[in-house]
Amino acid sequence: MATVIDIAMKNEQLQKDDSAPAIAVKQLRKTFGSQMVLNGVSLSVGRGETLAVLGRSGTGKSVLLRIIIGLESPDSGSVCIHDQNIVGLALDQMGEIRKKIGFLFQHAALYDSLTIAQNVAFPLEHHRREMSKTERGDRVRQLLAEVGMEGDFGKMPSDISGGMQKRVGLARALALDPDILLLDEPTAGLDPISSGEINDLILKLQHEHQTASIVVTHDLHSARTIANRLALLDKGNVVIEGKFEDIQKSDNSFVKEFLKQS
Amino acid sequence: MTATRLTADAEVTSPPSAQRDLDAPSAVDSVTGLINGFFDWFGNLGIFCWQVFKAGVTPPYEWRELIRQLDEVGSKSLPLVALAGAAIGVVISMEARYSLSRFGAKSMFPTTLVYSVVQVMGPIMTGLIVSGRVGAGIGAELASMKVSEQIDAIAASAVNPYRLLAATRIMACILMLPLLTIAADASGLLMGWFAQTLVEPLSFHQFIANGFQGAKFNGFLPPTFKTTVYGLIIGTIACFQGMRTLGGAEGVGRAATNSVVLASLFVILADVVLVKFILVVFP
Repeated sequence: MATVIDIAMKNEQLQKDDSAPAIAVKQLRKTFGSQMVLNGVSLSVGRGETLAVLGRSGTGKSVLLRIIIGLESPDSGSVCIHDQNIVGLALDQMGEIRKKIGFLFQHAALYDSLTIAQNVAFPLEHHRREMSKTERGDRVRQLLAEVGMEGDFGKMPSDISGGMQKRVGLARALALDPDILLLDEPTAGLDPISSGEINDLILKLQHEHQTASIVVTHDLHSARTIANRLALLDKGNVVIEGKFEDIQKSDNSFVKEFLKQS
Repeated sequence: MTATRLTADAEVTSPPSAQRDLDAPSAVDSVTGLINGFFDWFGNLGIFCWQVFKAGVTPPYEWRELIRQLDEVGSKSLPLVALAGAAIGVVISMEARYSLSRFGAKSMFPTTLVYSVVQVMGPIMTGLIVSGRVGAGIGAELASMKVSEQIDAIAASAVNPYRLLAATRIMACILMLPLLTIAADASGLLMGWFAQTLVEPLSFHQFIANGFQGAKFNGFLPPTFKTTVYGLIIGTIACFQGMRTLGGAEGVGRAATNSVVLASLFVILADVVLVKFILVVFP
């Protein structure tokens, strides 16, 4: 069985190999009780690429992200992060993989007993212990400034709006300089200007850090802005995947209806 | 027309009694469901304990969180535990004085009070008080974190939630229960002496000397340190109930209630076993 050190070393080697996709999901199936949520979903995302996953509410988009980060186990199928199959890994082994993944939850999931600054500092305190307190503080300020929250350092999550919580959640997701980002509705609840700022940040990460991203969103405009490819889920399957221009030409009735209503 | 309409209404609104009987679970199904639920709960508890143990004994250790929990469990429970100990001491003092007077054994009062508080009432009362205060607090806190995905966020940040949340709280309960028990005992003895002195003056020095005369290791340390087992039970049950919560606000309330009820029940059952164990091992 691979040890934690083996996985960490393999991560470093594979990140230098540009040919392997950063995320590769094959034939994922997931059922909750009698409800089939994912029915053989396959997709992949390369380094520096952003894939937007769209679909109706309740079609398993968030479940897909949770399976990729290891918070849910699939009934069958594989999830490869930098060519490492993560299905069935123990918690501590999965921890090494998660250090390179930033995850933004749909409702931000901030720690409500910590201030905003402490929330963003949380991953740094646990995984960058070599940083001094000053360095950590500087890094937290930089991250909050990137998401436009630099003036709210000492506030508690309950003191800020849902959209602002989402921005702090994104700052926390970026704390460890991840090379994979999983974003669940990053612009939901944000005004158009803030949404644009978040989109610009995702694009910047994609270009400067070659971050591979999967963005779950209902916002087709945002998806077209930030994503290289789009994937449309319906009834647990990927109905269509590709560039927006190609998807627009599809004759599939569901795709046409979805694009028409967006 | 009216008769037909009534018949039609009856067909729509009255399910046949035979169908109702088919839908109701049988007694056998209910019993097997209960048995399954019982083993399912204990099975999941066992898995949870193993995960926490593995996480707790492997580095990196969460010292800062442990210290924070020692404060939460220990120093914040101290006033309540001391107050309860004081009340117990007064009650035992009044009851013992009356009973011992009837048998002409008033001189046995200090020994009786020390024995009752230190060996019997102090530990179990501390365990039940802490079950209520700490058990509900931990259960509700972790349940709230579970339903708002904060525990998932901890895991997604590559931090082991069993190590950060559960192991620290359980260890804090284990370490703090004996200390809280000593505080409860001290408070009980002090107030018991005070209640007695109001009726029949007795110097504190004489009270302590008489009360602990002939006291041995077996009479003091084992009953006090058996509360480490209570701490293990309270911390484990509360963390387990909290971290597996489902169902929003209702689930949080249920987790808090179940944490208190189950922790209190298991503390009482453990006391029965531990008293017998102490009597056998430390005669």
